[in-house]
Amino acid sequence: MFEIFGIPSTALFGQLLIGLINGSFYALLSLGLAVIFGMLNIINFSHGAQYMMGAFAAYLILQYSGLGYWPALIIAPILVGITGILVERFFLQWLYKLDHLYGLLLTFGLALIFEGVARNYFGSAGLPYTVPESLRGGQNLGFMFLPNYRAWVVAASLVVCFGTWFVIERTRLGAYLRAATENPTLVRAFGINVPRMITLTYGFGVALAAFAGVMAAPIYNVSPQMGAELIIVVFAVVVIGGMGSILGAIITGFGLGVVEGLTKVFFPEASNTVIFVIMAIVLLVRPAGLFGRRA
Amino acid sequence: MRRFMGLAALAAVLACSGANAQQVNVKIGVLSDMSSLYADIGGPGSVAAAKMAIADFTKDHPNVKVEIVSGDHQNKPDIGTQIANQWYDVDKVDMIIDVPNSGVALAVSQVAANKNKVFIVSGAAASDITGPKCNANTIHWTYDTWMLANGTGTAIVKTGGDTWFFLTSDYAFGHALERDTMAAVEKAGGKVLGKVRHPINTNDFSSFLLQAQSSKAKVIGLANAGGDTINSIKQAAEFGIVKGGQSLAGLLVFASDVAALGLPTAQGLILTETWYWDMNDANRAWTKRWQQERQGKWPTMIHAGVYAGITHYLKTAVALKGNLSDGKAVVAQMKSMPTEDQLFGKGTIRPDGRKTHPAYLLEVKKPSDSKYPGDFYNVRATIPADQAFRPLKEGNCPLVSG
Repeated sequence: MFEIFGIPSTALFGQLLIGLINGSFYALLSLGLAVIFGMLNIINFSHGAQYMMGAFAAYLILQYSGLGYWPALIIAPILVGITGILVERFFLQWLYKLDHLYGLLLTFGLALIFEGVARNYFGSAGLPYTVPESLRGGQNLGFMFLPNYRAWVVAASLVVCFGTWFVIERTRLGAYLRAATENPTLVRAFGINVPRMITLTYGFGVALAAFAGVMAAPIYNVSPQMGAELIIVVFAVVVIGGMGSILGAIITGFGLGVVEGLTKVFFPEASNTVIFVIMAIVLLVRPAGLFGRRA
Repeated sequence: MRRFMGLAALAAVLACSGANAQQVNVKIGVLSDMSSLYADIGGPGSVAAAKMAIADFTKDHPNVKVEIVSGDHQNKPDIGTQIANQWYDVDKVDMIIDVPNSGVALAVSQVAANKNKVFIVSGAAASDITGPKCNANTIHWTYDTWMLANGTGTAIVKTGGDTWFFLTSDYAFGHALERDTMAAVEKAGGKVLGKVRHPINTNDFSSFLLQAQSSKAKVIGLANAGGDTINSIKQAAEFGIVKGGQSLAGLLVFASDVAALGLPTAQGLILTETWYWDMNDANRAWTKRWQQERQGKWPTMIHAGVYAGITHYLKTAVALKGNLSDGKAVVAQMKSMPTEDQLFGKGTIRPDGRKTHPAYLLEVKKPSDSKYPGDFYNVRATIPADQAFRPLKEGNCPLVSG
């Protein structure tokens, strides 16, 4: 066994893998943010609350209908996505022409309301949710014990992330979307219902957050503040990747997960701050972010 | 006519009692974490407990008028200090109670000393509050890190868990808990193999758990609290830590945490508390009343401590005839009177500000043994009051001479 900076290499491999797993949550969440910002020009500050709503929806579905993890993985994002559509129809659609700040303030306010309501009804300690039967246990990889559930998290988020990227960057639907953000009037002239497309896009972005929430429910504490803790980091990820860049969000999400994981080994006290240090450096060197379109 | 006579008699009694017993005005501030990770162990539940204490006391003492305010310190010492200053100076609050989060509690304790007011800690844990950082204006009611370490740490070493690895929350409380547990473990003949310090409110513990796993220590001590403890235990189960032969020691686990984890995940966990709702009839009756305001929740020892602390403070206020302006004198009076309330029974407050009562070593039940909601623990041992807390002379409190 050889050592790297005093840490046995096997331990280091384990930490790299764990970083990748955490990165998949960052990637899923920052992807939703990037889609919403890229297509709607809205800085969706309620993303963390919507992630929390996904996890709570999974819990409520289990409590009231007895449906477990797998159905919840489909149903919860749809339900939360519908709330997103309502938010877009009632509030956000009036803000597209205004400064970014208005969207940010509105969604921030909504996040506080969502979290406050959840805290009022469920308290702050959290709700129990367990790993589904079929994914319990794990594999011994030699250098670490990999729980099956974590392997599933990485696989699922990779599929969802690149699926989304493919749809937006490589299909006709994605082309319409991108065209609609550039010049909505012209796209409407071609007979495409732009407002509906925008509404559905926001709903999809929110559903992505809820999907991440359901994925998180078995391993993280399901509490009203679970999203607030994560969202700040995710915003840093999006800024580092470049606002609105989908591929940037995915790659930085995974990358920063790994960086954070390594920090937890070498200097654990700084693991909450390292991402912000990187953000500061990136903003100094490349203000548009690593993958930003404007140089 | 008879009714009129009755009213007149009542009025006469009231008038007399008004003349005999002096009117006592008290203002109490419940400062807690109302909206974040400690809001269920303290927070609105502490306010509910405070209201109950006031209602119970003023029922027997109609001449005492108590006003209550509450605030959210958001786990930030600067915000806690600011609220404490505002309450003591502008709002004329006589006594502040609760304050989970040791960082905030240590800061508020300083404010209380500077302004010569009263501060009763129920929510915070650091044993430094009655140790090197003690002062004549602060009383530490419910529990502390020394007591937790001594209860859980010593018990586990005695049953064979003699090598330890710590996951420690990186602030005053975590450091104190880690230090006190290390001392208890080493005193009992155990050995500490390593530790890792994580920031408060960490989401993912897998990296730290992996380090704990590779340390090969028999026991992983969780020197953290609230959501951090829940996440650690949940993810330890996922990573097969307990199945792999290592055991977890929850150094600070509350009933609300056990409810959040669910018994299937939490079963077998050993922990120490000074109060458990299902321990006796008085506690159960009190819990029923408390739950009228906090439906579906379980009171923690912190809530019980808020109730008992306020009860004793109000007794003192009556003994001093409402003369509460000199905080040091009030605290001295509180220390000189033995305490008695329905939740902790009889007890005393030591010169260093430490309130003493028995502590209980508890084990989380198996799901199959739990017969009704909230049926969380088996009581494994009772640690008598004189052994539960750090000996007076070992605390290095400047108030204790010699």
